[in-house]
Amino acid sequence: MTAATRARIGVVTFPGSLDDRDAARAVRLAGAEPVPLWHADADLRGVDAVILPGGFSYGDYLRCGAIARFAPVMEPVIASARRGLPVLGICNGFQILCESHLLPGALIRNARRRFVCRDQRLRVENAGTAWTSAYQPGAEIVVPLKNGEGSYVADQHTLDALEGEGRVVVRYLGGNPNGSYRDIAGICDPAGTVVGLMPHPEHAVDPLTGPSEDGLGFVTSVLARLVAA
Amino acid sequence: MVDTVETAAGTPDEPQPYAELGLKDDEYARIRAILGRRPTSAELTMYSVMWSEHCSYKSSKVHLRQLAEKVPAEAGEILLAGIGENAGVVDIGQGWAITFKIESHNHPSYVEPYQGAATGVGGIVRDIMSMGARPVAVLDPLRFGPADAPDTRRVLPGVVAGIGGYGNCLGLPNIGGELVFDPSYAGNPLVNALCVGVLRKDRITLAHASGVGNKIILFGAKTGRDGIGGVSVLASATFDDDTVLAGDTVLAGVSVLADGGKRKQKRPSVQVGDPFAEKVLIECCLELFDAGLVVGIQDLGGAGLSCATSELASAGAGGMTVDLDQVHLREASMAPEEILASESQERMCAVVAPERVADFLAACARWDVTARVIGEVTALSPEEARRGGRLVITWRGETIVDVPPRTVAHEGPVYDRPVQRPSTQDALAADDPARLPRPSTPEELRETLLRLVASPNLCDKSWVTEQYDRYVQGNTVLAQPEDAGMVRVEESTGLGVAVATDGNGRYCRLDPYAGAQLALAEAYRNVAATGARPLAVTNCLNFGSPEDPGVMWQFAEAVRGLADGCLVLGTPVTGGNVSFYNSTGETAILPTPVVGVLGVLDDVARRVRHGFQAYDDTDSDTDSDTDSGAAIILLGETRDELGGSEWAWALHGHLGGRPPAVDLARERLLAEVLVDAARERLLASAHDLSDGGLAQALVESCLAGRVGARIGLPAGADPFVWLFSESAGRAVVSIRAGDEQRFIDLCAERALPWARIGTVDPGLGALVVDGALAISLTELRTAWAGTLPALFE
Repeated sequence: MTAATRARIGVVTFPGSLDDRDAARAVRLAGAEPVPLWHADADLRGVDAVILPGGFSYGDYLRCGAIARFAPVMEPVIASARRGLPVLGICNGFQILCESHLLPGALIRNARRRFVCRDQRLRVENAGTAWTSAYQPGAEIVVPLKNGEGSYVADQHTLDALEGEGRVVVRYLGGNPNGSYRDIAGICDPAGTVVGLMPHPEHAVDPLTGPSEDGLGFVTSVLARLVAA
Repeated sequence: MVDTVETAAGTPDEPQPYAELGLKDDEYARIRAILGRRPTSAELTMYSVMWSEHCSYKSSKVHLRQLAEKVPAEAGEILLAGIGENAGVVDIGQGWAITFKIESHNHPSYVEPYQGAATGVGGIVRDIMSMGARPVAVLDPLRFGPADAPDTRRVLPGVVAGIGGYGNCLGLPNIGGELVFDPSYAGNPLVNALCVGVLRKDRITLAHASGVGNKIILFGAKTGRDGIGGVSVLASATFDDDTVLAGDTVLAGVSVLADGGKRKQKRPSVQVGDPFAEKVLIECCLELFDAGLVVGIQDLGGAGLSCATSELASAGAGGMTVDLDQVHLREASMAPEEILASESQERMCAVVAPERVADFLAACARWDVTARVIGEVTALSPEEARRGGRLVITWRGETIVDVPPRTVAHEGPVYDRPVQRPSTQDALAADDPARLPRPSTPEELRETLLRLVASPNLCDKSWVTEQYDRYVQGNTVLAQPEDAGMVRVEESTGLGVAVATDGNGRYCRLDPYAGAQLALAEAYRNVAATGARPLAVTNCLNFGSPEDPGVMWQFAEAVRGLADGCLVLGTPVTGGNVSFYNSTGETAILPTPVVGVLGVLDDVARRVRHGFQAYDDTDSDTDSDTDSGAAIILLGETRDELGGSEWAWALHGHLGGRPPAVDLARERLLAEVLVDAARERLLASAHDLSDGGLAQALVESCLAGRVGARIGLPAGADPFVWLFSESAGRAVVSIRAGDEQRFIDLCAERALPWARIGTVDPGLGALVVDGALAISLTELRTAWAGTLPALFE
C-alpha cells in the first residue's frame, strides 16, 4: 500500500452491535475509509484491517460473544487474523475474540455485578502492537469504559505468559473498575496484530463528545503500519 | 366455544365479567348501546383496555384540552406534529426534526422493578420509532420512597439495573433525568422515561391506516401471554394487596372470558422485555423508513393489538379487517381475547401498500424480524363511516369483533370528575418555615451545608448514572450531572438539542398551579444554562386517584399552571402522559408533574458546562487573565423563600408555607441572557439554581470543575437566606475577566439583576464564603459522594 491510497478498515455489524457507527467515525477521523461488514456475509471486502465493535451481539445471550463467534463473517476474520490481518476487538469485540480463541482468557460479569460507565485512566503497557504503536510506552490515557461483563480472567499460567511476553497491552489505573485479574484492560496475540480491550478508544476521539482524544491513537497506529507496509 | 358476533346477537342476556375487567355499569351499558347488542368477549376485552384510564385519558381529557388550546404563537413555526400523535415533532432547522415524549411505568416498576423499568424504556422508544425517527437518547426521572427504607433497597437497584440493562443494550445514551426520594413514593415509585428521536422533517410517519387495499403487517416479537391487562389492572387502579401480590385481577377476567371460567391463569401483568429484539426492530424500522415502505405505523404498547388496530383504523380511513390466525404466537393455545390484550413487547404494526409488501418482508428477514400480514384497510359504506368506521376481526374463520373503531380508540368515556380544593390546603400554606430554627454561626452554616450536600436528594447521583451508557452513538455532548443532556444531531454543522426534566412534588403539594410552573421553569432554565434555546415541552403528570376530588383539584391546577406557563414562555406542549392512581396505602403521592423541555443549539461546540473551569491558557486573550480566576456572577434575585425547600425538608422534616414565587417573564429574560452569552462564548460555566439554592450550586460547580471558589457575601445579606433560599429565576455563571464587561452589558440590556459574588480560585482547594464558612473540596466531595454508595452498595 502507498500513502496515496486510503487505508480501508472494516467495521463489522452484528445484530445487536451498538458502537459500530462510532468505530466507523473514529476510522474516518483518523483519515482512513471505514468499510461496513455484515455479520451474515463471509466476505471481508478486501479490507486492510478489521474492528469488531462494542455492543450486545445477538443479545449476548448464552454468553457474551459466544454466538457472534459463529457468524459467517467470523470465518474469514479468524482465518485472516491468523495470517496477520490486524484485528481490534473493543468491548463486545474483545469478548468475541476470546470466544474465537484468537485471544486467551475470558470476560466475566463485573465484580460488583453492575454495569459501569466511567472515564477510565489506562496505561499503555505495550506500545509495539499494530494498534498501539502511536503511543509512548507507559503513556497514560483516558478513555470511556462501559460494560457489564468486563472482568478479564485467565489461569495463572496464561496470565504469567501474557505478562512475560509483554502481551498485556493496556492496564487499568486509578482503581480496577470490574475486577479484572492484574488490572488487565486489554491484551494481544503473540504477533501483536490482534488486540482486544474492554475500554472504548473510539469514544475518545473528540473532546466534545468524549473525555479526550486519547483513543485516536489506536486507529492511527494501524494506519501507520499499513502505510509502511 | 368461541364467542362470535353471531352468538352474541343471539344471547343478549349472557352475563359478562365487565366489572372484573375494570368497566363501570354505565360504561358497559354504553358499549351495548353502541353495538346494538351485547359485546362478544373479544370486543369486551378491547373496550375494557381501551377505555381504561391509562389509554382513554377519560378523567384528564377535560383538563388537558387547555394544553392544545393555550398555544403560544411560536408553536406555528416549530410544531410539525402535536398532541394526539404518538409523540410531538418539532422543527429544529437545517431540515431536521426532533420527536420527544415522556411516559410513566410506575406501577409495573413497583411490582417487578427490573422488568417494569426496562419495558418502560422499551415502550417510549417504540413511540418515538413510530414517528419515523431514530431514537438518540433517553432520560429517566425517578422517584422513590425514603432512601434508607428497606423497600427502596429492593426497588431502586432493580429499577436502575432495568433501565441500564434495556437502554444500554439498545445503544441509547442515557443523558439525564432525576433521582428524588420522598416517603409519599414508598409504595408507589415514579419511573418515568423520556426518549428523544431524530428524523428528517419531511419524513414523519403517522399512526394512520389509510388507502383501501393496503396491508396491515404485524412485525417483531411473538405475541405471548405476558402483560395481559397491564393498562387496566396495573396502570388504572390503585394498588391493593391483591394486585401487588398477584397482579392478575384483569388477567383473571380475560381468562374467564377465554376459558369459560374453567381455568384460572396466574401470570404477571408486568411484561418481560427483550432489548435485543427491540434493537434489531429499531434498525429494521429505520431501514423500512429509509426505503419508503411504510404508509403508517403504530407501536404495540399498552393494550397491545386492541390498541394498535383500533387506533390505526380510527385515525385512518376507518375500515380494517384483521385475521388473528396470522398473528405469530408464542403459545399456539392462546385464546383470541388473550391475543388482543397481550402486551408482549417489541412489536410494531405497519400499514403497507400491497406492491411493497414483498420488499417489506425482505427487509424484516434481513434483520431476522418476523413479519406477517394480518389484515388490510377496507372500504366503508357511508353508514359505516358515520358510525365511526368498521373494524372486523376474525379468528378460526369466525367473526369475533365487529365494531366502529372510533368508539374504541377515540370516543371513549369522558369524565368531568368532581374537583375540590382540600380543606387542609390553607393550614398547609399557613405553616410557614419561618418558625424553624435557622443556622447563624459559621459552625452552624458549615454543618447545614454539609448535611444538605450529603442528603439523598442533593448528593452525588453517579452510583445510579454510572450504570447507564452515556457515550454510545458518539454524539453525547453533555450528560448527567450537567444541567441538561445534549446530543449532536448533525455532525457537519454541530446542530444539536438539549433536554432536561424537572419536577418538584413538594412545591406542587403547597401550590399545584405554581408548582407545575416551577417545574416548567426549572427545566426551561436548565436547558438555557447549557446554551440551548428552549423550544418545546413534554410532560408526565403523576398524581393520585382521580376519584378523589382533592387529587383532581391538584391535577386541574397543575395542568392550568402548565398551560398558562407554556403560553408565557412560548414553549408549546407537544404531548405527554398522565399517570393516575399513584398512592402509598391510602395516601396519594405528592402531586408530581414532571416537565421535559427541549432546546436547540446551532453549534454544540458552544455548549456550556456547569463546572467552574481551572484557568486554561490556550484560551487566553490577555495576560491579565492568568492572574485572576473567572468572576462568579449570580443572576436573578434572592428572597427569603424556603417553603417546600430542601433545607426545610431534609433538616427539619417540614413541608409547609408557600413555594418560591414564579416570574416567568423573568425566566424568559434569564434564558435569553444565558443563550446569547453562550452564543458569544462569554460563559466559562453556567449552573441553574434550584433545590438547595446557591450553596448547592456552588458546591456542584466547584466539584465538577475540581477548583475552589472564594465568595463574598453582599452587604446586608443574611448568609443563611442567601445560601439556602430556593428563589426561582436564578443561575450562577463564571466569566473570564476579558468577557465580564460584555456579559454585564447583556444583563443590563434586559434589566436582569446580577451581582458579582466572587471568583473561581484554582489554587484554593476549597469553597470559601467570607465571614460565613470555608470547606475544603475534599470534605465536600466526601460528604456529597458518600451517600448513595453507603445506602445501596
